[in-house]
Amino acid sequence: MESNIELAVKPKVQIKGIGEGLLIILGEGNWQDLHDFLLEQIDQQAEFLRGARIALDVGNQVLKAVDLGQLRSQLLDREITLWAVISNSPTTEQTAQTLGMATRIEKVKPEHVEPPASGATHMGEQAILLHRTLRSGFSIHFPGHVVVIGDVNPGAEIIAGGNIIVWGRLRGMVHAGAEGNNNAIVCALDLMPTQLRIANQISMSPKERKKALPEIVRLLNGEVVAEPWNPK
Amino acid sequence: MPGKVVTITSGKGGVGKTTATANLGAALAAEGKKVVCIDADIGLRNLDVVLGLENRIVYDLVDLIEGRCRSRQALIRDKRLPELFLIPAAQTRDKSAVSPSDMTRLCDDLRGEFDWILIDSPAGIERGFRNAIAPTDIAVVITNPEVAAVRDADRIIGLIEAEEKGPARLLINRIKPGMVKRGEMLSPDDVLELLAVELIGMVPEDEVVITSTNRGTPVVLDGKSKAGQAFRNIAKRLQGEKIPFLPLEEESGFFGKISKLIRTGGN
Repeated sequence: MESNIELAVKPKVQIKGIGEGLLIILGEGNWQDLHDFLLEQIDQQAEFLRGARIALDVGNQVLKAVDLGQLRSQLLDREITLWAVISNSPTTEQTAQTLGMATRIEKVKPEHVEPPASGATHMGEQAILLHRTLRSGFSIHFPGHVVVIGDVNPGAEIIAGGNIIVWGRLRGMVHAGAEGNNNAIVCALDLMPTQLRIANQISMSPKERKKALPEIVRLLNGEVVAEPWNPK
Repeated sequence: MPGKVVTITSGKGGVGKTTATANLGAALAAEGKKVVCIDADIGLRNLDVVLGLENRIVYDLVDLIEGRCRSRQALIRDKRLPELFLIPAAQTRDKSAVSPSDMTRLCDDLRGEFDWILIDSPAGIERGFRNAIAPTDIAVVITNPEVAAVRDADRIIGLIEAEEKGPARLLINRIKPGMVKRGEMLSPDDVLELLAVELIGMVPEDEVVITSTNRGTPVVLDGKSKAGQAFRNIAKRLQGEKIPFLPLEEESGFFGKISKLIRTGGN
């Protein structure tokens, strides 16, 4: 990508064909400028792009729902579907997921695959904090720990490489230690998940409802075991 | 003051979006407010039928957006309430005929002339929903007290928050107090515990709604119907009045539950 005739050294916008449609890669810079520039570029090729499906790589941009939602509407006006947003920022990924867009396009982006954990650090020691209610349809995949302050409703899912901590009601699907970590735990103030997985073990909540109390779940001899949280 | 845009949506179909739109529109118009109801369910229109205005349609929403008519021509005046208007959906097109910014532009034009713009959203979370939600000031999510409807309402509330159109207001429709009392139906408490949003109204199941819908006469115009009373109260709450929630049944025990709801819902 060293030379781009039209835009010289550092292209602001690159367009590539991929299996699922077009991939647009944005350069670095102010979001508003890039956004305007992108629409300008698209309008210049309006005929060619009409009806296209676009995946957008926004690099390190941290984008909120208004930003992505607005862009999606503007693209829709031009009869272009924005189906995926690829980003290095977990915030942007979350925004895209909440808006129902994909955040991965297989095959094309080898540079975005997480580097394998080096021997020195334990896999996924990073954590992400979600301070909100996770509603049906919400999905997060994170290689480290996931901490939620709020409820995880039925139909929401959390897939974490590390532990999952829910300061609220856990009713959705959670998978801790998703990359095979048998020492991962799940804990919640009120534990009634639709399904709970740790590493390769899958369990369901018992049918009868107990009194809500904080519980911690871990693997003991290969089985999923929930115990009341009992601080000494 | 420019008019407010209220979108009535649900995710799941058949929970009462169209009935609620027609009744809230009629209730607001009966109070002398100038109201337009927009049917955003392009391809499956039926707000016109519920309002009994089907035979007056000449132009529709898509004609208006594509510039084949002026807004005055697409607005159908209700036959009973002179302040109530309808913009019907096109029946021969589909949701892709309209974009979210078309809807925003249209509503911005209507704000000057109307006090309230009510949008009847189609079921689903796709283009039609996004069209309906784009211009909204107040999103009203309708659910029934059943698990599948509540699950979809949860999803919709999440999408509304993601589009920064929140916080959504919740309307629980078709409650059967007897079944709730026997523990056979989710109670409003159960629904609110899961969805954690502000309640704007609870409407009991009422057979009069079915007959009035078939006749094309909104049930709010029926002074005796309980559902009609509930919708009239919701119209007042939309305007910012503090109206206590109706007891769903006069039997003792239930009232206590409702008064508890008023405290949780009324913040």
